Amino acid sequence: MIVPTMADMMAQGKQPEVLFWVGAAGSYDDRAKKISRAFVKILHQAKVDFAVLGTEESSTGDAAKRSGNEFLFQMQAMMNIEVLNGYEVKKIVTCDPHSFNTLKNEYPSLGGKYEVYHHTQFIQNLISEGRLDIDNTTLKGKRVTFHDPCYLGRANEVYESPRDLIKRLGVNLTEMKRNKSTALCCGAGGAQMFKEPEKGDKDINVLRTEDALETKPNIIATGCPYCNTMMTDGIKFKEKEAEVLVKDIAELIAEANNL
Amino acid sequence: MQYLPNLFFALALIAGIGFFVMNIRKLSRNIKLGKDVNRTDKKPERLKNMLMIALGQSKMVKRPLSGFLHIVVYVGFIIINIEVLEIIIDGLFGTHRVFKGLLGDGFYGFLIGTFEILATLVFVAVVIFWLRRNASNIKRFLSKEMKGWPKNDGNNILYFEMVLMSLFLIMNAADIHFQEAGVGNTISKFIVPLFDGFSAETLHTIERTSWWIHILGILVFLNYLYYSKHLHILLAFPNTYFANLNPKGQFNNLESVTTEVKLMMDPDADPYAAPAEGAEEAVPEKFGASDVADLNWVQLLNAYTCTKCGRCTSSCPANLTGKELSPRKIMMDTRDRLEEVGRNIDANKGVFVDDGKQLLNDYISPEELWACTSCNACVEECPVNIDPLSIIMDMRRYLVMEESAAPQELNMMMTNIENNGAPWQYNQQDRLNWANEE
Repeated sequence: MIVPTMADMMAQGKQPEVLFWVGAAGSYDDRAKKISRAFVKILHQAKVDFAVLGTEESSTGDAAKRSGNEFLFQMQAMMNIEVLNGYEVKKIVTCDPHSFNTLKNEYPSLGGKYEVYHHTQFIQNLISEGRLDIDNTTLKGKRVTFHDPCYLGRANEVYESPRDLIKRLGVNLTEMKRNKSTALCCGAGGAQMFKEPEKGDKDINVLRTEDALETKPNIIATGCPYCNTMMTDGIKFKEKEAEVLVKDIAELIAEANNL
Repeated sequence: MQYLPNLFFALALIAGIGFFVMNIRKLSRNIKLGKDVNRTDKKPERLKNMLMIALGQSKMVKRPLSGFLHIVVYVGFIIINIEVLEIIIDGLFGTHRVFKGLLGDGFYGFLIGTFEILATLVFVAVVIFWLRRNASNIKRFLSKEMKGWPKNDGNNILYFEMVLMSLFLIMNAADIHFQEAGVGNTISKFIVPLFDGFSAETLHTIERTSWWIHILGILVFLNYLYYSKHLHILLAFPNTYFANLNPKGQFNNLESVTTEVKLMMDPDADPYAAPAEGAEEAVPEKFGASDVADLNWVQLLNAYTCTKCGRCTSSCPANLTGKELSPRKIMMDTRDRLEEVGRNIDANKGVFVDDGKQLLNDYISPEELWACTSCNACVEECPVNIDPLSIIMDMRRYLVMEESAAPQELNMMMTNIENNGAPWQYNQQDRLNWANEE
């Protein structure tokens, strides 16, 4: 798979249209790597001139900041900003709502001012610009429910872009009782992804999976690699992995378009 | 002698309002113990928020039943207060229903008739509220932080309102001239039969007694506010005005940290340089918050504004799954501690004397703080834009940056970020391997 880096681009004297910020999960997590590849396939299909930072990319510092380590966050942010500004990056797209939020909202006052898009917003733009079509026959008739990532939804009030894309797949979108601004967290945010939960009577991802299962879905669609992990684990816990798939919207589009 | 009631009324009014003002000054002083934060930008947007959310109750109705009942009580409360103005003028000048002459019988009757209907609706709504709190199984009213005073406080307010509304109706019912005129007695006329056979003198006594208890009750209620969750009827307005306007996902970047990080990353910086004149004082005492004075004044205003409705807690993923964290308790603890600090200052001639306690540990445990997913559900839910998450984050910052007291797994995660730029222990040189794995 051809994934150009900013260093390559610079060596050739080119400036890509957009930087794809892959994020730690998208780079290292086996499940999330599939989302990164699906998104790259879509970028290729739409002939988007993009590049990644590759080995020059580093943690945005989001998890450190939410853990309370403002020092580490700002160190990461300033190093990344130095790299991004060095390449004169203007436009960034990412499949990770945590990176999206941090880059978009928390980098500007530290000197990193970019146009930042979540991949669902970016794909939506590709469609409206006539650069991409979604085949609405491949997945026709499937029941799909969408789990709003907190850092895309409540944190940045992006509720419609992912839903618009799901509707274009020709599937039946069914909402959970808690959706959009009242959506329940998957349990991974605020650095919970990296630690055991405090004692309680249930795990949050199990409660959220129950919300999703109430809609009797064939597919639980997500827009965040961490939500994807949590919901996948929830489905395993409920022993429903034979009936219910957990997929990122990028994966669904790549599948619909036979990429 | 004939001016004795007027005099007594004036004294009661001065005492009631005076004591209230004294407490409000204390409240304002306590809020100012918080750190400065600039919330005076974007005035039109702030004003709009206040008008929509506080005055217009736009977030209350997201839960339709309690939202509707709340609007009934709220509208009733505001409109019936026009009647209180008349009571005050009557009380001070010894007049009786002074607005009647000023406004004309017809319009006056229309107003009082409307007030009577509203008073009845408020009474009914308040009874339903009482039933919801005491005879229904609504989880957010039964949480453990709601035991004792918070529960009694909620009920006291409802009893106050029931009594005040009843007195208003009884007062009108026992007013012979008002009933004989028969204009505006929409509800009170149904109470009149209860007084069948009472002498004019007895009725007059009932009317006067109701009138006096009603106005004294209002003054007592006014002063109850300061000690109660009911402060929200006033503070909802500044609280929505000064609320955060940035996207909810945007957490503030600590400027004190930025200065230090810039220095660390500056290749020209001399690590052995003597600090500049006055720089010593510029270094903040601590990063993050362990006590109320480390929070900013908007967070402290939030604490006083919270009416403990529990919508935040009932939407908190951690609380819903049985964890210790309750965003409402974060706000209650912050207020309790702030009031404790305020009493300490009062008792020590205006200076805070260390009492060996702080918000962290003595009120809020690290276990509560670490259970938060930072999902913003509590912030979204709050009908008056309180931000419990910002307090949780500031306290986590203290735990991590001052005490190095993060859970072990988080320390490992942070070490990984420092060493290899990812929360997991992978080599940064492998960061693009995903592209070639299929």
